[in-house]
Amino acid sequence: MSEQIHDESTRPLVRIRGLRKSFGANLVLDGVDLDVHEGEVTVLLGPSGSGKSTLLRSINHLEKPDAGFVEVGGEIIGFRHQGGSLHELGHRAITRQRARVGMVFQQFNLFPHLTVLENLTEAPVAVRGLSRKSAALQAKALLERVGLGGREDAYPRQLSGGQQQRVAIARALAVEPQLLLFDEPTSALDPELVGEVLAVMKDLALSGMTMIVVTHEIGFAREVADSVVFLDGGRVIESGPPADVLANPGHERARSFLSAVL
Amino acid sequence: MSSPVAAGHPPAAPSSPSAPPFPPALHERPEDEQLLAAKLVPLRRPGQWASALVLVVLLAMLVHTLLTNRRFQWDVVGSYFLNGSIVDGLKLTLWLTAAVMASGYLLAVGVAAMRLSGNPVLRSLSFGFVWLVRSVPPLVQLLFWYELASLYPQLSLGIPFGHEFVTVRTAHLFSGILAAFVGLTLDVAAFASEIVRGGILSVEHGQTEAAEALGLGKVRIFRRIVLPQAMPAIVPASGNLLIGMLKATSIVSVIAVQDLLYSSQLIYNQNYLIIPLLLVATLWYIILTTLLSIGQFFVERHYARGSNRGGGSARTGFWQLFRGNVPLGLS
Ligand SMILES: Nc1ncnc2c1ncn2[C@@H]1O[C@H](COP(=O)(O)OP(=O)(O)O)[C@@H](O)[C@H]1O
Ligand SMILES: [Mg+2]
Repeated sequence: MSEQIHDESTRPLVRIRGLRKSFGANLVLDGVDLDVHEGEVTVLLGPSGSGKSTLLRSINHLEKPDAGFVEVGGEIIGFRHQGGSLHELGHRAITRQRARVGMVFQQFNLFPHLTVLENLTEAPVAVRGLSRKSAALQAKALLERVGLGGREDAYPRQLSGGQQQRVAIARALAVEPQLLLFDEPTSALDPELVGEVLAVMKDLALSGMTMIVVTHEIGFAREVADSVVFLDGGRVIESGPPADVLANPGHERARSFLSAVL
Repeated sequence: MSSPVAAGHPPAAPSSPSAPPFPPALHERPEDEQLLAAKLVPLRRPGQWASALVLVVLLAMLVHTLLTNRRFQWDVVGSYFLNGSIVDGLKLTLWLTAAVMASGYLLAVGVAAMRLSGNPVLRSLSFGFVWLVRSVPPLVQLLFWYELASLYPQLSLGIPFGHEFVTVRTAHLFSGILAAFVGLTLDVAAFASEIVRGGILSVEHGQTEAAEALGLGKVRIFRRIVLPQAMPAIVPASGNLLIGMLKATSIVSVIAVQDLLYSSQLIYNQNYLIIPLLLVATLWYIILTTLLSIGQFFVERHYARGSNRGGGSARTGFWQLFRGNVPLGLS
């Protein structure tokens, strides 16, 4: 985390430039620039409808940008640059890129017809070509890591919301991504279950995982984030270390949002 | 029935003068101890008992007439039940149904996937196929395939409007049984594709997104994530279609394919024992339908894995389900 020193010459793991996206006449992302360095935790803040989810989903090409680009690990996501044009990639290539970016959803989206273990082994077997056996070993280790050792035979519906979200985090980790995206991971949880999920996320951050987190948990941002980015109306209106941005935001919209959630 | 007490809140003005005041006056209310000691009396259901009685009487009448009306000729039914050509017809009905359902559903999954794809050409093709096949009565379709030879005496494989490499005479191409297979397969494909599509649409989109985010490929997402979750919605309607098709195969008798029904028709055309032979066929259809319904129960239970409705640890047995569905609450 913070002890890491960023040499300006090292290229950020994630580079977003001029990202624009509209749904019909609704301009949702209006030229977003964002850098995230390896091992950094970036927290995205902003009012509802400001485009946080759309930005996050663009990073693994669940949304296709209208203009601008997203680069992860030096590779443009969803496109190939050739002869002055960006050519849209085929499904296979996009699938390969997605395996390097993990995502955790607000509604968990675990596969309800599969056991916890099967949820965790599906992608490693299909994407990384692991054998069922080694995938299962890895899955058990991951479940220990999120504090759910021994629950591998449960079905998602037999777990609490907090447990399901921790399984979802383990599932995302199972493909060994370079980057983890979190879209309001605690917003669907009962208040007493929020802590256990945030604790797992903090652990991950301390272990050096690169993370982009959309959340309204200001405490998490203050304690764990390396930088906080404030989105409003599809634009970045403020960004910087949490101490600066959270303590004295320069922008009026950021100030009123913070006073509302704090 | 609709007294203000049952409505659960005090009315603004008492609707009928005879209704007791609500809530009751303080001194009329029972003590907590009295309530705790009171016996629970379940709601009486006289309607259920009355309907059960009517049903039992009707059932008795049915059994009575079946046994006493000698014109049913149960002895003849018995003697033809395992007759050689009846059993041959039964076999044909069984494998034709199985073949038609298997190939029909394979096609149906493809047609449904085309309809849901982003490709407008595939979407229209799928829509057109379903529209056309559903519009034509299966009997007409059957006759059409059977009589294809009179429409196109020969079919050729070659460059469109150009050179022809292979030519076959259609008279040899479509025997009655093949015409039946092709016609009924297309019919199943059209209807089943709508069942499959409905099932797929019932699966939350978040499931696909989560699988995409994990880097799973399209085919694998469909096969491992979406289709198994669509099955609970697909199975009951498909059971219906399967049982319907088991009986619908009997239309092949018009093109002289000897299925279960046509075999019994051939026999009664010679000995005029019409009712008993129709009963033989009917009994077989009833037996097969019963077996299929039981099979459907187990398939449904299999796909209820992980849902609260059965599956997982607390499994509902067939007998429990049967008891739950029989109106005579004997428990
Ligand atoms: N698939 C979609 N189709 C149409 N409009 C969408 C879609 N996804 C998001 N939007 C719209 O984009 C805007 C931003 O949404 P979102 O990125 O989810 O914001 P946030 O996550 O910050 O609340 C909202 O107005 C929303 O209605
Ligand atoms: Mg959102």
